[in-house]
Parts: sequence; structure tokens; C-alpha cells
Amino acid sequence: MTRTEFWQGNTACAEGALAAGCRFFGGYPITPSTEIAEHMAVKLPKKNGVFIQMEDEIASIASVIGASWTGARAMTATSGPGFSLMMENIGFAAMTETPCVIVNIQRGGPSTGQPTLGAQGDMMQCRFGSHGDYAVIALCPASVQEMYELTARAFNLADKYRVPVFLMADEVVGHMREKIIIPDSVEQVPRKALVKGTLPFKPDSDLVPGFPQFGKGYGVHVTGLTHDERGYPCATNPKLHETLVMRLVDKIESARHEIADYDIINPGAEQVFIAYGAPVRTVQQVMHDHPGDNIGFLRLRTVWPFPEYAPGEFKNARRFLVPEMNLGQIAREIERHVRVPVISLPKLGGELHTPSELLAALEAYR
Amino acid sequence: MSYEEWYRQDRLPHIYCAGCGNGTIINCTLAALEQMAWKKEDTVFVSGIGCSSRAPGYIVTDSLHTTHGRAIAFATGVKLANPDLHVVVITGDGDLAAIGGNHFIHACRRNIDLTVVCMNNQIYGMTGGQGSPTTPLGCLSTTTPYGCVETPFDLCDLAIAAGANYVSRWTSYHVKELEKAVLAGLQTPGFSFIEALVQCPTAFGRRNKFKQVADQVEYLRSHSMLKAKRDRLLEQGEHIPGDMFVVGELERRNRPALGVKR
Amino acid sequence: MRHEVRFSGFGGQGIILSAVILGRAAVMHDNKFAVQTQVYGPEARGGASMSALIIDDTPILYPKVADPGIYVIMSQEGFEKYGAHARTDAVMLVDSTLVYSRPDCRYIEIPATREAKETLGRDIVANIVMLGALVASTHIVSEAALEKAILDSVPKGTEALNLKAMKKGIELAAGSTQP
Repeated sequence: MTRTEFWQGNTACAEGALAAGCRFFGGYPITPSTEIAEHMAVKLPKKNGVFIQMEDEIASIASVIGASWTGARAMTATSGPGFSLMMENIGFAAMTETPCVIVNIQRGGPSTGQPTLGAQGDMMQCRFGSHGDYAVIALCPASVQEMYELTARAFNLADKYRVPVFLMADEVVGHMREKIIIPDSVEQVPRKALVKGTLPFKPDSDLVPGFPQFGKGYGVHVTGLTHDERGYPCATNPKLHETLVMRLVDKIESARHEIADYDIINPGAEQVFIAYGAPVRTVQQVMHDHPGDNIGFLRLRTVWPFPEYAPGEFKNARRFLVPEMNLGQIAREIERHVRVPVISLPKLGGELHTPSELLAALEAYR
Repeated sequence: MSYEEWYRQDRLPHIYCAGCGNGTIINCTLAALEQMAWKKEDTVFVSGIGCSSRAPGYIVTDSLHTTHGRAIAFATGVKLANPDLHVVVITGDGDLAAIGGNHFIHACRRNIDLTVVCMNNQIYGMTGGQGSPTTPLGCLSTTTPYGCVETPFDLCDLAIAAGANYVSRWTSYHVKELEKAVLAGLQTPGFSFIEALVQCPTAFGRRNKFKQVADQVEYLRSHSMLKAKRDRLLEQGEHIPGDMFVVGELERRNRPALGVKR
Repeated sequence: MRHEVRFSGFGGQGIILSAVILGRAAVMHDNKFAVQTQVYGPEARGGASMSALIIDDTPILYPKVADPGIYVIMSQEGFEKYGAHARTDAVMLVDSTLVYSRPDCRYIEIPATREAKETLGRDIVANIVMLGALVASTHIVSEAALEKAILDSVPKGTEALNLKAMKKGIELAAGSTQP
């Protein structure tokens, strides 16, 4: 039996994590994500899980990575300034192929910026924020329902691909309360264990090595240094470094179709919106108020790896309109993949695009 | 069984310089571990960045070689997520007290059940000899070319003030005492901190008038003062020379601890 | 039919809780859709607090309230910041104990804080008085749904007091003068 609730997005995120089997949360209070930590502090001890408030966000993500090596599904939640602090250890998680879920309830930046207002300014930071080349997965919810569902999916993706997975939400979706239908259960795809006797960082055909959980007798050495398939540091071997980094990227990029999650609405349209997160709601309102098939919509739930083939499904597209609560971070990514003009519709200041603003843009470019 | 069985033989030889004291500290740590009769698969080593932090790579257990300064934060996650694991952190003075200072004091405050062994060589060895938070006043390093003008941290005082259950200091000269101290640390629930002063002939000794490795080890011996003697001198109001440092068991108590095996 | 409601008062009056209770009533007990949002400032107490609620029979797409048709205003500062520019066809419930200005739109005076303090003995339930009055005068949710949502939301041991407050609000709305 499903049940109905009237929940805040942040509550739904925490509940989605719990339903997915998350049993470790390490975090530090920061607006507008704090409700997630507070909810986990209440619920995790009752589920034999661990909640710990660490001394800062650097320690938070470190504790999450440590917990993950014991086999626990582990997460943290933060916002702009805390997200910036996590960057070095996010690179460590990518390099060591540590499954973990990082929730970013985006607020206005740079710096302390607008703690209580929404933004989408960290979309590029989540993809490229740590030093060096690597790949990650980022999901963007646009409703309280999706805060639940995409958080749960994030754990499955993290375990399957052994990669940090980001729930790149925003203050609008994190703080709004709305109707949510809670499913009976959530699918849990278990982490693939390393076959004993196999080298711990030797990938299978999916480019992902089995997981040598701590405490199970693998005797694995895990290092952020460039390492060989034994896990041993080989930081001065150019070929080995290239092979490792290429695999870290390829294991995600080559699974682009499997990780992709998007809707195509009105594929024959000439004017096509592309949106993710809170601005999705405004596009949906505009389409609802102006029915017909002349406005197209590519609605993304997965932003990284970017489903670069998806805009091409709009065969008649003459232009793509991209409302974002940033200065066009994903619009720039879309430009790399299409041959028609991409119109960035940035909005800063913390408020969501209004339907009339998007209508005006449609008119201006018609 | 011998502590040598804890070494990851296919990783040897190690990267440490000739005359480095780190190997001595690893030996003492593993010898103490051997006496705990813990299974290797139940033991996890965690480290950060620096010469000291390469140690877990030479040990056969599961090990996590993490980012600079953050070893204790990673170890906190390992220990809390699975309290059945015995978690030992190997760190150095720069890793622990500079970039990782905040994690150090908070782990002491939480009194989380970790054993932290700090190889204090009073210098950044791996990056070529820069001053650290424990470089003594007046000592030369590449970033204190006219002598260190900053007062160093007393890491043990810091650990005691912040709440650690067990705190000891020894040196690479005092191998038997150090082994016993690590053993006591492993046995004590809560946060155990063992500081081991070590010689670093390459980055510290040769810049600071220790021509031979043995000269620096001799300095560590002759400038260490047992806690009992220090206490007696203090009681008698006697002067304690400023270049002497106290060694011995400096704290053992039973504050409420976090993450102790259920 | 989409209804947009804006609540404003000072921090500590339960402005946000009011919107949450009304949203719960719509979603959990009237089988409707609702979205609740709010404005956060750095103050935990005091200041002008604002919360908004959309109720609809169909899923709500654009989640923000820009120009609401219904207002519940419980402080003078809240009126000035969030109520003074109400459109003329809106309806506003004002807590006449604390708000001395009146809008250009239709308004209903509810002496909620005075009644809460003097009749019910606790001024903390003034927001529930306002909710009772709101539902009685707009029927935006059913009275039964509001009652259940209040019981879901208030601290244990205060149920009877809060239900009395709701009933008081309904009674005040029935007897109020509506210019």
C-alpha cells in the first residue's frame, strides 16, 4: 500500500535515502540543506544507522567515504560553501571509486551569497570542481516526489558505478512542501563484491571493479595516488595514470544511455525548452497554459553525464531555450551538441523564472 | 607469529630514506598489534599525506590512504559505520596538527575509539623540509631559513586538553616504551594518542647540526625527561631547561567514548 | 481551480505552521493538491514572516505565489510588507488585535490574538483561530479536513485547546462584519 504525505523536499530526500538503505550520514549544518541532516539525526539511530555531525564539510564527506568502505550506503547533504569545501575529497572518492551520495541544495553564490534562496550555480562545479579529470553522475529533481525517487536512485547508481553521485537540487525544491506518494518499497541494486583472488582494482567488462569491502579479508590498500590494479601507488608511471583516468571517465560516459533520465515532450516542435530542477515547473506551467504541440520540452532528470544525443530527438528544432537559475552553465553544454541556436535564459537573485518571463522569451525568439 | 607478518611483502622496499625513524615506529606499532591478537581482517589502517602516511601501504590489512590532514575524519566514518573494526591512524606532525588540526581536536573531544600514532619529525619531509607546527623555535627549514620564530604545538598537551582518553609521548630511541604505549593505546577504549618523536636526517637533521643519524637519536634520548622526573622537579620548584621535553604516559582516563565495539 | 493563499505575521506566531496545516488538510484529508512555500530570513523570532500555499484539484506546476487571492495577515509589519498591495478582488483576513491598517480589497476582521489570550487563555493559538476563520469564510478546504490536519500537527496535549481555537475562529468569521 502506497501512502500519501505532505512533505518538504528535504524530508523527502532523507526518507528516500532511508528507503534506499542509507545507514550513514555525516554532515554539517548549512542552509538550505539542514532539514535533511535533522531528519537523519532523528531517523537513522532507529534504523541501526549512524548519524554524525562532523566538525566541517571536509570531515563530513571524509566520514562518508570511510563509512562507504565498510559497505554502508552513506551520504551527506550540503549547500554552496560546504560543497566547495568538499571538493578535494570528492576527487578522492572518484579516484578511489568509492560509492557515495552527495546532496547539494543549491543556494545563491558565490561565497555566502543567498543562503535562503534558490540557485543552480553549482552545476559545473559538481562536474568539474575537484582537480584533475574524472566523471560523476548528477541528478536534478523538480518536485518533492522526485526528491524521494532520485535520492533513492542515486544510491543505486553510486553502488553500480562506484562513483560519487550528486543530487543537485535547489532551495526551491528542497524547501517546498507538496503532495508525495510513498511507494511500498524502493529497488536496491546491491554493490557488486570483488571476487576473492581478483586484483582489487581490476575492472570487469563494465569497467567497474568489484568492491573489496573493509573487514572481509581482502586486505585492500586504497589510495588517492595513481594506483595499479593491485591498488598500489604508481604515481610516476605515465601509461598507468592515463589508463586509470580514462577508465574512471569511460565507465560513466560509456553508460550514458543507461544513466540518462529525461522526458521528450512534443518532439516535432520548433521551439524547444530544455530544463532541469525548479525551472522545469515553470516550463510545465507554460505548456499547460498553452496546449498544442508547438512548444517542445526536453526535461532532464540526469544532467551528468549529459545525455548529449537527447536534443537531437527534436528533429524540427529551430532553437533551444534554456531557463536556468545560473548564467547558462548547462546551456553552454547543450551548445556543444546541437547545430541550432541555444538561447540561455538565465535568472539570478534567488527567484524562479515566472511563466510570463518564459512566454516573453518564446515571443521574442519566435 | 611475528609482527613481520603484518608487512605487505610485495610492497617492499619502502620509500623511506636511509636513517629515517619511521620504520622504527611502524615496527613498534605492529609489535603492539601482534600482542592484541586481533585478526588482520578486523584491523584497518588509515592515513593522510606525508612520509608517515605511506606506512599503511606497507601493512597487509585493509588500509585507506586519504587526503592531507583528513585521516582522522575518514577513520571516524570507518569506525562508526563498523565498530567491530579496530581502526589505527598513522599520521605526522604536519598532517595532524596543521592541515588536520581541527579534525584532531574534535576526535579527541568525541573521544572516538581510534588509536592515533603520530610520527613527529618536526618537519615536512616529503615536500623537502618546510617548517611544521612542531618545528622548534630557532630551527632551520626551507621556509624558516633564519630560524623558526613560531612557538611549536605540544601535541600531547593538545590531545589532553581536548579530551583524549589515553596520551603518551616517546621517541624512536625508546622502542620498548613506545611499543608498550601503543599497546596501552590499542587497549584503551576511546581516543588514544601516541606521539613518537623521530629523526629525519634528510630534511631536518642535516639542516640542524645533526651530522649523523645517531646524533639526532642521541639528542632525542638526552633531551627527553621522564614524566615522573618532570613532576618531581616541578614539585620541588626546580628549573626545567627549555629544550627538554617530557616523555611517558601523560594521560589515562575513562571519559565517555564514541564508537566502542558493541 | 487554483487558489493561492498568503500568510504573514511576525516570526513565532506560527505563520509557516498555518500554511502547512492548511496544505495537509487539502492533501491528506480533502484529496487535493497543494504546494507550500515560504520566505526565510535570518531571524528565528520577530521580523516579518511569510508563507504561501497553493491548493488545486489537479497537480500544481508553477509552485510560487505571486498575486494571491486570499490573505491571512497577523501583524502590522506583515501587512505593510506582504499585504498592502493586495489586488482589489482579493479577500484578506486580518488579526484586528495587531493590524491597524486595512487593505483596498474585501477584508474580514478577526480579533484572533485577543480572543486567543482572553477567551482561550493562550495567545499562541491565534494562528489556529485565523485558520478556523479562513476556512469558514472561504471554504478552501473542508472544516473536517482542517480539524484532522490540526490534530496531526499540534503538540500532544494541546489538541483540545487547538480545536477550541479553530471553533472560535469559525464562530468569529460567522459573526464578523464584512464591509
